[in-house]
Amino acid sequence: MTEFGYYPGCALHGTSNDYEKSLKTCLDALGVTLKEVDDWVCCGASAAHCLNHTLSVALPARNLGIAERDGHDEVVAPCPMCSMELIKARRALEADGELREKISEIVELPVTGKTEVLNAIQVFQRIGLDTIRAAVKRPLKRTRVACYYGCLLTRPPSDLQFDDFEQPHSMEEVVEALGAEAVEWNFATECCGAGMTLAREETVLELANKILTDASANRADCIVVACPMCQVNLDMKQSAVNKHFGVLHELPIYYLSDLVGLALGIDGKDLAIDRHFVVRASALMPPVEAE
Amino acid sequence: MARIGVFICWCGENIARTVDVEEASERVAKIPGVRCAVNYKYMCSDPGQAMVRDKIKSEKLTGLVVASCSPHMHMRTFRAAAKAAGLNPYMVEMANIREHCSWVHPNEETTTDKAVELIRLSVAKVIRNKPLEPIRVPLTKRALVIGAGVAGIQAALDIADSGHQVILVEREPSIGGKMAGLSETFPTLDCSQCILTPRMVEAGNHPNITLHTYSEVESVEGYVGNFSVVIRKKARSVDIDKCTGCLDCVTRCPTSTSLSEFDYGLDTRKAIYVPFPQAVPARPVIDRESCSYFLRGECRTCEKVCQAGAINFKDEDRTIIEEVGAIVVATGFKLYKVEKKQDVAKYKGYGEYGYGQYKDVLDGLQFERLVSASGPTNGKIQRPSDGAVPKNVVFIACVGSRDIAKGMSYCSKICCMYTAKHTMLYKHKVHEGQAHVFYMDIRAGGKNYDEFVRRAIEKDGAKYYRGRVSKITEVNGKLIVRGADTLAGVPVTIEADMVVLATAARPAEGTQDLAQMLKIGYDEFGFLSESHPKLRPVETNTAGVYICGACQSPKDIPESVAQASAAAGKVAILFAKPELTREPEVAKIDEQVCAACYACVRACPYRAIDKADILDRNGNLVKHTARVNASLCMGCGTCVAVCPSKSADLEGFSEQQIYEVVNNLV
Amino acid sequence: MEHAGHTNDAFAGTGVENCYQCGKCAAGCPMSEHMDIIPSRLLRLVQLGETGKAMRSNAIWYCVSCQTCTARCPQSVDCCGVMDVLRQKAVEEGVASPEQTRIVNFQRVFLDNIRRYGRLNELELTAQFKVEGFLHDRSVPLLMRDSLLAPRLLKRGKLHLQGEKVRDRGVVDRIFARCEPEKSGEAAS
Repeated sequence: MTEFGYYPGCALHGTSNDYEKSLKTCLDALGVTLKEVDDWVCCGASAAHCLNHTLSVALPARNLGIAERDGHDEVVAPCPMCSMELIKARRALEADGELREKISEIVELPVTGKTEVLNAIQVFQRIGLDTIRAAVKRPLKRTRVACYYGCLLTRPPSDLQFDDFEQPHSMEEVVEALGAEAVEWNFATECCGAGMTLAREETVLELANKILTDASANRADCIVVACPMCQVNLDMKQSAVNKHFGVLHELPIYYLSDLVGLALGIDGKDLAIDRHFVVRASALMPPVEAE
Repeated sequence: MARIGVFICWCGENIARTVDVEEASERVAKIPGVRCAVNYKYMCSDPGQAMVRDKIKSEKLTGLVVASCSPHMHMRTFRAAAKAAGLNPYMVEMANIREHCSWVHPNEETTTDKAVELIRLSVAKVIRNKPLEPIRVPLTKRALVIGAGVAGIQAALDIADSGHQVILVEREPSIGGKMAGLSETFPTLDCSQCILTPRMVEAGNHPNITLHTYSEVESVEGYVGNFSVVIRKKARSVDIDKCTGCLDCVTRCPTSTSLSEFDYGLDTRKAIYVPFPQAVPARPVIDRESCSYFLRGECRTCEKVCQAGAINFKDEDRTIIEEVGAIVVATGFKLYKVEKKQDVAKYKGYGEYGYGQYKDVLDGLQFERLVSASGPTNGKIQRPSDGAVPKNVVFIACVGSRDIAKGMSYCSKICCMYTAKHTMLYKHKVHEGQAHVFYMDIRAGGKNYDEFVRRAIEKDGAKYYRGRVSKITEVNGKLIVRGADTLAGVPVTIEADMVVLATAARPAEGTQDLAQMLKIGYDEFGFLSESHPKLRPVETNTAGVYICGACQSPKDIPESVAQASAAAGKVAILFAKPELTREPEVAKIDEQVCAACYACVRACPYRAIDKADILDRNGNLVKHTARVNASLCMGCGTCVAVCPSKSADLEGFSEQQIYEVVNNLV
Repeated sequence: MEHAGHTNDAFAGTGVENCYQCGKCAAGCPMSEHMDIIPSRLLRLVQLGETGKAMRSNAIWYCVSCQTCTARCPQSVDCCGVMDVLRQKAVEEGVASPEQTRIVNFQRVFLDNIRRYGRLNELELTAQFKVEGFLHDRSVPLLMRDSLLAPRLLKRGKLHLQGEKVRDRGVVDRIFARCEPEKSGEAAS
């Protein structure tokens, strides 16, 4: 039984609790447990980043400190905003001894920044594509998947180096291991506008529409994401996009763990797929009650 | 008794601003051994040197200290002045009171104090100088030219025409280099092959030029005037002396799977091939990587059809040794690739331009082949993907160049001009087509260059947008190019049928290895370093090794040719002397004292010390000793440091001289 | 120039001085076609000390902070960071519209929320944000926007009326207190 530290962040304990359920169920089936970082605090997100530099290091550092104290060498932060803030803090701490001392005092815990921070894709990489391939019970045959990374998973590349920031491929590898077909498309790393609350409504709809359009143009059956904000934005807002632009997108937006879970034979409800807004009857999962 | 003259230079205001030269003169005049101390505004000027010469004679000076700039700058000047006045030139020392003093200290009393101290040290040293004579070195009047592109060919022809033998080495099966593959050349649009091939033939036939194609320099030993070069002649599998060049073998060869190097992968070639019809020598070569005989032991068609019996499957690499007196490096350039995988870790590919995986995104040299009459499409501009004639072509400048994030900060210099040329050639062939150019700056310095670019814009209608391209995507066979025009302040998106990237010019493969072999410098990008950026542009820091063409920095044909002729001129100047002389400041071993431990032999980085025997009149061994080869010694002093018996010493920097300097310092 | 000599200290660390106007930021920006001043020109204005003009642009409010500009900049200018600074300054110097000010203030409200609970209370945040905004400019559409989504979220069990809190809220508050920038004058007393 493999165990990782787990930093859910506010999203996975809030509007994106479907992501948590999906990830946990899926990983459980693969023999991986997530142990929640005890009494974690919010990473501060872009707000701390914009307003108070010290705070933007201290809040993530508090969590890194708890992880170190409790012996988590690797912590999974499925929300890319959280993982980016944790990684940025980690790198800053690793590089600067003075900062380490100062921050350790601020957060009331010794923190070195040695904790490895993983996103959801990396967890599947750690488990291993061969292991996943072997565990697949219901291969996602004839399913064309557009892997969507958005902005925060790979940018800024100076901090996040787990995959190529222009042409990432890590999700495609997982998806292909499930028997699905990863489509080549052009919007894998274009922003959907949700990462920042600054974006105005029309902006978000416009960006989402471009992404959905290109995925459809490349004959994708669904889009797979690893970011709760992208999921909410493309899924929940899809009807608004359709209304605003007079189009008829009907693309389910899955978390990567949803697809892995489905391929492992897990019921869609156990993966909380029924909490998604766009649910299209497909080979992927039995139809669920539409709205 | 020493009679030393001290000459303090003001260097205009450079020294006099912070050093009180009058006071310094008075103070150094009192140093024991100093006969006279004078100062002057420009000691290096004619009147200044005259003053030096006059004082040598009138004061019967036995040594000089010139207190001025660095000896790097003017040691030669003052040694010449000394010699002219009858004093041994090695009785001159310089005290650097400019770089070491006036430039780096404020105008204070202590600055003058430091100048006086520096002069005092030089006086202490010069008192113990000994007259030295330059070392004479024999000179082999044959030159090696490495690389036979336009620069190497030009250098070889010029040296050969001046009456000296030239060994011209080329890695590829034919000479001609990059220029042989170009279409038409800016700013005159004359056909590249038309102007180059006569030169290639001339180089191939010149009685003074020995051509080694499909050959590489493997090692270089020796020094100016006396280099020994090992050249590897790669197995061509064709005896080029027997071969008549009928090319029946090429016609009949059944294997045509390899991508043509000459067409930069836009076409295929046979397993036995001549790179291009005008090749020199016009003799084929077998590519053992694709030949079915070498791969599977069957076929031998070429052997069967060859009337001359020139095919030799058993051919092996051979090495030959050539003795030369001078070496010209003209190894040229290659283009940076936008691919993800880079040969140097600090360089990054262009994922945003598709990492080179879109078929209709070409680089500049590929486009040259596409518009060339001898190219894979016979000069018809077609998309590699589907053969369609592109109606919109986007040209992107500065791909890699001037892009620090990708690892290259420099301007590749040739791209602005060839991009303008490409738009013209395209428009001349596809009249209804539209050329779009994304650029950051147009750098068209050169005779008729800017006029040429204006013509591309004004007469041939190329649309120029001032901005970089951020992303290229492929949608339904169209290349969507997202750029910006910073002049209008708007983003620009173009649906293109073809994109041509003006990728950065980089030094050719293996340039750094060659540089290390030749002990010449190179910059952070691997371009070879000239000895002085202004005054010694084709020399290197290794005497007798010269550089020309794009191996030194990206440059166009006229510049490469000019530099090649300059390098050839330097070789001719070197060869104009009956023999060489070199500075006598080399190591010397007191052979009577030497204990023959040979620590120096092992320590010498230049392999300039040999084991030797001292024999008596009857040829009987008296003792063993180490002996310095003065023509190899670089005067580094390592042997002096390691010698346990103190028998090694350095002329001009003897232990005694240095000791006196240190003694005067403490 | 209206702001000639204006100090650019706020932009330290963004490398804005290295911008050589290639326009790659504008070329790749998903929002640049809507912007009155494209990103490269904003950088130029900052270089010239004309931050006032940059702060008054609509462009800084179209920016979605996607980092495409920063990631692709050949000169490694943190273009996205410059946008952040411009927005902050626009609010500080009162040139931002009420709606724009509220956007930036959202981040303050967000941090207040974190300081109180240690974790985000989405419902309270949204409510606070909207009410503040409403009190500020009486924008009914703003108040109503997304509220229609609330029932749909509730139905899916995605909205918690009771937000989460960390156990040790004391430490959170102390961390915030220690991170507050020292104000000159106060430090001495």
